[in-house]
Amino acid sequence: MRKLKNIFFVLIFSVIVLNSSNSAEKSPPFLETKWTFKGLFGKFDRASLQRGYQVYTEVCASCHSMKYLTYRNLAEKGGPEFSELEAKAIAASFEVTDGPNSTGEMFVRPAKLSDKFVMPYANEQEAKAANGGAYPPDMSVLVKARKGGADYIYSLLLGYSEPPEGVELDDGVYYNKYMYGNKIKMPAPLSDDLIEYTDGTKATAEQLSKDVTNFLMWSAEPHLEQRHKTGFRVIAYLIILTVLVYFTMKKIWSRVEPKV
Amino acid sequence: MSDHEYTPSSKFGKWFNDRLPLLTLANHLTDYPTPKNLNYWWTFGGILTFCLITQIVTGLVLAMHYIAHADMAFSSVEHIMRDVNYGWLLRYVHANGASMFFLAVYIHIFRSLFYGSYKSPREIIWILGIIIYLLMMAAAFMGYVLPWGQMSFWGATVITNLFSAIPLVGESITTWLWGGYSVDNPTLTRFFTLHYLIPFLILGLVVLHIWALHVPGNNNPVGIDIKKPSKDTVPFHPYIVIKDAFALLMFCIVFALFVFYQPNILGHADNYIEADPLVTPAHIVPEWYLLPFYAILRSVPDKLMGVVAMLSAILILAALPWLDTSKVRSAVFRPLFRQFYWILVADVLILGYVGAMPAEGLYLLIARVATAYYFAHFLIILPVLGWKEKTTPLPLSITEPVLGGSPNLAAARSDEKIEKTIK
Repeated sequence: MRKLKNIFFVLIFSVIVLNSSNSAEKSPPFLETKWTFKGLFGKFDRASLQRGYQVYTEVCASCHSMKYLTYRNLAEKGGPEFSELEAKAIAASFEVTDGPNSTGEMFVRPAKLSDKFVMPYANEQEAKAANGGAYPPDMSVLVKARKGGADYIYSLLLGYSEPPEGVELDDGVYYNKYMYGNKIKMPAPLSDDLIEYTDGTKATAEQLSKDVTNFLMWSAEPHLEQRHKTGFRVIAYLIILTVLVYFTMKKIWSRVEPKV
Repeated sequence: MSDHEYTPSSKFGKWFNDRLPLLTLANHLTDYPTPKNLNYWWTFGGILTFCLITQIVTGLVLAMHYIAHADMAFSSVEHIMRDVNYGWLLRYVHANGASMFFLAVYIHIFRSLFYGSYKSPREIIWILGIIIYLLMMAAAFMGYVLPWGQMSFWGATVITNLFSAIPLVGESITTWLWGGYSVDNPTLTRFFTLHYLIPFLILGLVVLHIWALHVPGNNNPVGIDIKKPSKDTVPFHPYIVIKDAFALLMFCIVFALFVFYQPNILGHADNYIEADPLVTPAHIVPEWYLLPFYAILRSVPDKLMGVVAMLSAILILAALPWLDTSKVRSAVFRPLFRQFYWILVADVLILGYVGAMPAEGLYLLIARVATAYYFAHFLIILPVLGWKEKTTPLPLSITEPVLGGSPNLAAARSDEKIEKTIK
């Protein structure tokens, strides 16, 4: 009977977890790659995050905003960890409209560390008009907003191909086997040697995709490293305490029959 | 209950206690005689209290940073996740805390179902529990709306639309609930207010729930009344306190695994997309803990009847003490009931599973069969079982089956017969 109960308990749990990750649509299995941020002690690959920022800013940023990120984030612990000077220089290469000043005028100035990432379009309508009616989604939390997370984004970036026989595509629509419904309005954004990495890494399509996905994972979960570190300590503490409490319980219950 | 007269030892204590008997209450809580044979399924009451307090404390701090406005709610949540000190921890504890709360409450409810804890004289405890459960669902639903993601918005739209099924006044009620002609800013602000209020209502009901429990005392795995408090029970402190603490710590480890390593697995990815009234998600799914009821709702073709079925599925539980006609509480001595119990557990799991699937084809058929069975369990199987089932003999006392083992049990059985003949 006890065993049966335990089995049911495990069943309940697995059904819960399965349910949450369930959905009706089927897509091919994601491309496999190693992510350093996964696992008990998962951390970001610092160099990859810095390259990922370069990909974002030189490729993605022409259409995709990242409105929840601030330039100071680039220098913060657990992120790409650019030096403060580098982050300041990055910020200063963008222009923001500020104001009104004391005479009531708006003015343009270089961005500071405290400024949010500059958006490519003034508003959603302009973004749609410039992109054939499709709105390029904000990328700040994109990884968490897609089922499959980083694996999905990585696969999608590399999932472009000619449409199979019998699939008709309108103008400005592309075939991607990982996209919901297989039709996507974004042309394949990355290709071999599209940009030149400042650190000299060879910029293959896979490398570009991996770096930018790393960067997007960080932007969606900027405190991931701290979370993993704290989590390990919390759980280790809990386990030790549980063991101590267990023996205390045994001792206390040894005075009575039946024992626990 | 053995509430012997308690007198504080100090003079001030006595003076105070005569005016407000807090010390008598504290003494009652520490001395509270608890059956010594309680198993770990009984630790979930304490775990649930912990869950409630956790939700209130984390919720309180989150509310200091959250902005209940349709234009700002989503970005204020991102602000919490990025810029508030340990904001990510607070939010992940709160969001996963809701799931852990429901996990614990389902174990608590099914423990009660197995050991017949809802039966006389504990009907009021049970009904208070059902009200708490209903309020929990309301609080969880409204809480899920607050981040103002796509699932928040569309979940709110689907659920509030259910009220429009009420004949004649349905449309007006829905408009009244929304504070407008669709889910919008007024809906968000009132949901936030109610989400803040309900936990305190739950807290009050929990006090009543525990108070009502302390009148007859705990049920126990063998489901018979306490015969000799000195032999059958232990004082709540330290025996039950340390056991509850141990179980709570185990629970916290599971909790922490979710919070620190899979904080989003129980949520839906679409809720990280800001609410957009013009874009409907492909599948609108509630949180996992509401899925069985969602399946029942969708299994009925008529909207009004679907709502009625869904509500009845919960309210039928309130009538359970009278639907279950068996005099024997614990399933341990009810071989037939035990089997039907596990079928019910499976049935609810199946309902949860099909609730997450699109309502079509085979899924819909399964949902309908499972819904019918759910009601049949309470309306037909339980009443009939009470009359027909041959229960196995009950032990003489709580201590006897646990202390004794099989030889004593045989003796106990014959004793029972003797007792019966004497009566």
